[in-house]
Amino acid sequence: MLAWTIYLSFAGALACLLTPRDNPRATRAVAFGTALAGLMCALIGAMQFKPENGLEVITNVRWIPALGIDFSLAADGISVTLVLLTGIAAVAGVLFSWNVERRTNEFFAFFFALIGGVYGVFLSLDLFLLFVFYEIAIVPKYFLIAIWGSTRRDYAAMKLALYSFIGSGMVLIGMLAAYAVSGHTSFDLQALAQHSFAPEFQRWAFPLVFVGFAILAGIWPFHTWAPTGHSAAPTAASMLLAGVVMKLGAYGCLRVAMTLFPEGLKMWQHELAALAVTGIVYGALVALVQKDFKFVIGYSSVSHMGFVLLGLATLNEVGWSGAVLQMFSHGVIAGLLFAVVGRMVYDRAHTRELDALEGMGLARKMPFAAVTFVIAGFASMGMPGFSGFIAELQVLIGAWQAFPKLALLAGVGIVIGVVYTLKTTAQVFFSDKPASAEAHDHDHPLDPISVPERLGAALLIFCTVVIGLHPRLLLDLIVPSFKSPLFDGLRKVAGL
Amino acid sequence: MNTADYLALFTALAPEVIVVCTALLVLAVDLLGLQGTPHSYRMSIAAGLTTLGCGGAVVWIFLNPTVGNWHGGMLVIDPLNETVKAVLLLLTVLTAILSVDCKFTRHVGEYFALLLLATVGMMLLVSTEELLMIFASLELVSLTLYILVAFNKDSRASAEAALKYFLFGGMSAAFLLFGFSLLYGLTGTTHVPKMAEKLFTIGADPLLTVALVMVVIGFGFKVAAVPFHLWAPDAYQGAPLPSAVFIASGSKVASFFVFAKVLLLGFSQLGWGDEEKATGGWIPLLSIIAAVSMVLGNLAAIKQTSVRRLLAYSAIAHAGYMLIGFLAPGGDAFGSLLFYVTTYALTTVGAFGVLGVVESQVGGDQLKDFAGLARRAPVLAWCLMVFLLSLAGIPPLAGFFGKFYLFAAALTNGGHHLPFLWLVILGIAMSCVSLYYYLQVLKQVFVVEADENARPLVVSSLSRVVVVLLAVVTVLLGCMPGWLLDTIPTAIGERGW
Repeated sequence: MLAWTIYLSFAGALACLLTPRDNPRATRAVAFGTALAGLMCALIGAMQFKPENGLEVITNVRWIPALGIDFSLAADGISVTLVLLTGIAAVAGVLFSWNVERRTNEFFAFFFALIGGVYGVFLSLDLFLLFVFYEIAIVPKYFLIAIWGSTRRDYAAMKLALYSFIGSGMVLIGMLAAYAVSGHTSFDLQALAQHSFAPEFQRWAFPLVFVGFAILAGIWPFHTWAPTGHSAAPTAASMLLAGVVMKLGAYGCLRVAMTLFPEGLKMWQHELAALAVTGIVYGALVALVQKDFKFVIGYSSVSHMGFVLLGLATLNEVGWSGAVLQMFSHGVIAGLLFAVVGRMVYDRAHTRELDALEGMGLARKMPFAAVTFVIAGFASMGMPGFSGFIAELQVLIGAWQAFPKLALLAGVGIVIGVVYTLKTTAQVFFSDKPASAEAHDHDHPLDPISVPERLGAALLIFCTVVIGLHPRLLLDLIVPSFKSPLFDGLRKVAGL
Repeated sequence: MNTADYLALFTALAPEVIVVCTALLVLAVDLLGLQGTPHSYRMSIAAGLTTLGCGGAVVWIFLNPTVGNWHGGMLVIDPLNETVKAVLLLLTVLTAILSVDCKFTRHVGEYFALLLLATVGMMLLVSTEELLMIFASLELVSLTLYILVAFNKDSRASAEAALKYFLFGGMSAAFLLFGFSLLYGLTGTTHVPKMAEKLFTIGADPLLTVALVMVVIGFGFKVAAVPFHLWAPDAYQGAPLPSAVFIASGSKVASFFVFAKVLLLGFSQLGWGDEEKATGGWIPLLSIIAAVSMVLGNLAAIKQTSVRRLLAYSAIAHAGYMLIGFLAPGGDAFGSLLFYVTTYALTTVGAFGVLGVVESQVGGDQLKDFAGLARRAPVLAWCLMVFLLSLAGIPPLAGFFGKFYLFAAALTNGGHHLPFLWLVILGIAMSCVSLYYYLQVLKQVFVVEADENARPLVVSSLSRVVVVLLAVVTVLLGCMPGWLLDTIPTAIGERGW
């Protein structure tokens, strides 16, 4: 069932492309149907999935026997969690793109090509296949930003494409070297994970592959594509970028770099954790001083993704499961934040400058947007009751066991997060500052929040609250995954 | 030698004979029957005949699978050669079809006859293991190609390109012949496998290194590898479009195949050279040529504003990638190289097909002429995206798997020390560079809007069919590389390499 998410998305991309160019309504219908069908497949797949079985193989067909490549898809709790996230992000993305009128068919074609690639990465068991899906996701991102984007879109799109491609190049080198060294027989992840690579090899291969993937997860100092890319992208694309694409990177780190080269992780653990914490604190500090609303959220994404990387580096199960939970949680919350900023505010007010927004009295004009942003902000700060709290708490507990000092610093990052979120919320929505004369001239009523927007926001809020109140829904999926043979080497190194 | 032998030889050479007869037929029909009829009519008839002839040759190849060796390696036919010949004939057909829409000459019959003669040269080139025959057929190919480049008599650029191509080509032929003569002097034979045996007993010898360098220079020119690449950008830019297509596709396939055959069969002993006797092998030499080709080709392509020149520099870069294939062990070398060069040729023909439409309708090959192509010719625009992304090496397109196989094969050589890791790293880094300039073209096509008064392009159904077909093949070969991959190793396996 889960595999159908991939096929449906690519079929949907083609179907959207073939809808008439001057009939956006038809395209939207096809797009919404595709996204919904994908989410349904993900949900049914998740319900049928039995976490205690560990890794469940879905398909396994010989593909290119000459190189030992199989078309093999498999899912464990981690994949299921992220497939669910992708389904949710896709539906929300379509809902928040309801107002795309220009070249609608091409927009959704690129959108679903990206989604299909993302589903594919989360479900691949063959390293070659995973890499293929990973790269499929690059080109649609470029065009989504370059064609439908805003501020400095050319620059941001190219930067994102090149960063992604360089990252995947690093992954490719490590993957080919691993294939050659392991006796060039198979690209199967399980087979590769069971081959014990020489420590000297792991010493250089691990950082290469890990950083290659982590570039897409926004690891400091290779995060700079993220804020520019997020802010230039159209709303749905920023939702996907922050919501699922950054998770692709983190997932690759966990699934490929860490399982293949567990000893490499042990060697570089502290350096990675330091980078992750730097990202957390740096991202938060930079978000504090931004003038552009979207840049605030962009840097906050870098900061929150730091928690994922920190969790991965902890080498204990609490940290890992916290990291996976944080991927889900941040995916939902960042999607929500970008939806408010990009769709509800920017598309109506036509500015993202915090100072300009300050005088508009947006809470009065758009109470729905204000309430949504407050909820999303609380979730993002890590208030109890929302998914962010439980995820970041787990990561911090894991990190406390491994590196207490860094855990403290990460805690400081959370505090700064509270500051910039509150500051931005107050400034944009609840400012008492009287409108400037110029803004007063333009003080016309804004379009009301449309039904698709309400639906999308409700979906995302529902997810973060449900997981916040009942995290076991996902944790019961995630935690048993680490028992599968794929993680044998990692568990051994971690002493579990 | 009795008559039965001649009959067998004739049967073995039947595909070449068919193509030669077609060349004569095209010439005769056009000169005797079609003078005075409209240009497009003549073009269509000639292209149709060419297609029929080449198609007939391909059918013959598949219906009569022959294996044999005539006159001590002068003519060798095995499944591998047959596969390459079929690819070459296919490329000729594609070139002929793309020619129909181009108006660059009044001499239709001569043009197609030369095209077919070049094809015969390439077919002979790939089915021989004899240095003399290699040289003779290489000359046949080169001489016809010089004329094909010069075929647009109204264009100074065409003449200039041909002259450059000719001068460089003549020089490199001299180098090649000199290398061959040294080899003959050292080993007393011109038969490549026998030569390899002799070399095995002679061992490393400084003179051998000289011969090797000469041979590499000669072939390096044919495949446009740095530093023997200088003719390529001008030839690509000045030549009539179909001629450029043929140089970029058919000529590349044949030259790379024979280059690999001479080096891998003939010099198999001399791979790493011999440090004690201070003789160099071809592995370090080719690694360096590959590296500089990739770097220079890709970096120079960034600055191009003419799409033809961009494709020329990208061809130089791709030649660098293909040279990496030489470093793979045994059969994988041929397998990865053939897969890469075949898919590269098909993709390039497709890209040139789109370029041809833009040139004839918009009037230039500059980047800005592609602006808004997604609106003006949506089908072509999406096909161009497939071709360029395949050249950049994005999955699931054929070019990606080609690169992947090439890199994987090169890395598996040399056990755990991974001696070619640096080259693979360089290759991957350079494909990041290449993505940049391919995206520059695609940005014009998809992102930049056309002028307000830009009308949709009129695309002839013939070009459209060819381009769409090639795009589909590019996607399918990327998703199912096994189709081509399985034929190549089977063919190689029967040679026992």
